[in-house]
Amino acid sequence: MAHPVTTKSIPAPDRTQVGLALGRLARRPESGSFLGMLAVLLFFGVFGGGNFLSAAGTASWLNIASEIGIIALPIGLLMIAGELDISVGAVIPAASLTAAIVSGHYGLPDWLGIAAALGLGLAVGLINGLFVTKTTIPSLIITIGTMFGTMGLTLGLTVKIAGSTGVSLVPDPFIKAILGDYLGGMFQVTILWWVVFVIGLFWLLHVSPIGNWIYALGGDKESARNVGIPTKRLTIGLFMLSGFSAAFVGVSEVMVYQSAQVLAGQSFIFNSIMCVVIGGVLLTGGFGSIVGIVFGTLTFSIVNQGIYFTSLDPNVGSVIIGALLLIAVLTNDTFRQLALNYSSKSGGQS
Amino acid sequence: MNDKPAILELRNVNKSFGPIDVLHDISLRVRVGEVLCLLGDNGAGKSTLIKTLAGVHKPTSGQILMDDEPVTFTGPSDAQGRGIATVHQFGGTFPLMSIGRSFFVGVEPTKGWGPFKIYDRKRANEIAVKAVRDFGITRIDDGDRLVGGLSGGERQSLAIARAVYFGARVLILDEPTAALGVKQASHVLRIVNEAKKRGLAVIFITHQVMHAMAVGDHFAVLIRGAIAADFRRGEKSREEITDLMAGGETMADLEAQVEGYLETHEGHPPSLQVLEGPTAH
Repeated sequence: MAHPVTTKSIPAPDRTQVGLALGRLARRPESGSFLGMLAVLLFFGVFGGGNFLSAAGTASWLNIASEIGIIALPIGLLMIAGELDISVGAVIPAASLTAAIVSGHYGLPDWLGIAAALGLGLAVGLINGLFVTKTTIPSLIITIGTMFGTMGLTLGLTVKIAGSTGVSLVPDPFIKAILGDYLGGMFQVTILWWVVFVIGLFWLLHVSPIGNWIYALGGDKESARNVGIPTKRLTIGLFMLSGFSAAFVGVSEVMVYQSAQVLAGQSFIFNSIMCVVIGGVLLTGGFGSIVGIVFGTLTFSIVNQGIYFTSLDPNVGSVIIGALLLIAVLTNDTFRQLALNYSSKSGGQS
Repeated sequence: MNDKPAILELRNVNKSFGPIDVLHDISLRVRVGEVLCLLGDNGAGKSTLIKTLAGVHKPTSGQILMDDEPVTFTGPSDAQGRGIATVHQFGGTFPLMSIGRSFFVGVEPTKGWGPFKIYDRKRANEIAVKAVRDFGITRIDDGDRLVGGLSGGERQSLAIARAVYFGARVLILDEPTAALGVKQASHVLRIVNEAKKRGLAVIFITHQVMHAMAVGDHFAVLIRGAIAADFRRGEKSREEITDLMAGGETMADLEAQVEGYLETHEGHPPSLQVLEGPTAH
């Protein structure tokens, strides 16, 4: 990942300069999650047999990672800004079904179904954002509310319109190729979309000035407003981004599996939050990075899938994920303390 | 001293919230290159006064003048735009942001054009570090350091340097030394002096008389929303000021009163009403 600090070349690698560069590296939010990712990759590389790192094995966890990853990124931005979004778990199936009903059940053009699904995601995000900015209710509660609302409407309307809780859709070849295909027969094209999201949001958070506003919003909302940051517009925008991303995943799922189910996507709620926290984002806001979220997502997916390649009982996989989360938070706290105590005078000695 | 022009002036300002009168008939002047110390105990109306000066509250009656022209602040950003900057106790900064980023928060320097404007980290860091170092805080030399890693005094200094850099003419410092140790507090007092030397008008709110006396040119003691005393440097001793802040009666009087009450009431301490009774408005 290119970043202004880490890519700085070290002209003469004498000890202090290497130490300084390592010191700086260790203080970045993603350092802990990078080490975590290396650890689980090594673990499953060794204990998962040759299959885990084969193309098919890699595809199995990359496919999972790409779908969670697209949602984890905006969830991470929201968390950096001090908010949570639970409603993504309901937006994914709602978007899938919207696309399936519009284009499959009614037979309208695919692009119309996709637009309706993405529009639905944006609308849920807008509602979340408006409630969060107009009331003092915590976003956790508001988005739990909108999650249940979206879920209920999805179920009710789907049964009413289609007469069942599942709707199928056969996309035309072009749409299938760009949204629902497998590269080389195993890698979901969603992985490429994930890369697009990563680049776009990396730009937003780390390169454009808006990134600074997001950090400020999560650091101290009151001060952020006082310095003239449009905090309400920014909050609403971030919620719409997460609604959009969830809807995007919903759309790509319906294109991959060619059918949509009412009860899908619940697992994304906690999984995306876990990816973000493992990736070094501070749950209470103000700290984190896109690269960290990517590492966190990969770590989570490797453990999630890697367990099937080992001789371990897959049922204990959750134990490992739970332990991983706790270890990750502890490590990230340590790295954050390092970052806080960092000064270039004492930094060279590390 | 008195001939320096006043930047900000309050004339007979009253402020009430519904039926509750918080500020009574406040008249104050802050001059170029002068430190006005606002002293007062908790609940004396200091924060309402600051918020009125910073444009958060509008006075119920009375006038605010800037450069001898009457002004009405439409909001905090209007007051900021006119050069009134408030620095709060903890610096009002973002502990997990870098020095450069928090210095320019909301007004980020950018390079590039149109939608491809990017945050100019290098320039932000350089300017921020230089601005703080110019105020004598030489320990800060890296704009990528996180604000949370700075000491309390350095954070205050950063916030003051930021306000000055963005063109503040009136600096309102809300209890800047309250949470600081002796050494850190002296850092901040040095910065206050430096700001004064640069021709800023400083309003220094505190209840630490020692700190006020170290930098103040002009003192106003606020009691129950009214100015109880208004005097210049050297006109009153530390004990007199402390006594004024304690509610217009000397500490010795208060002690005697408490003693007497304890004797006549079998050792029970007096209630607040009993103590405040004779001076209640």
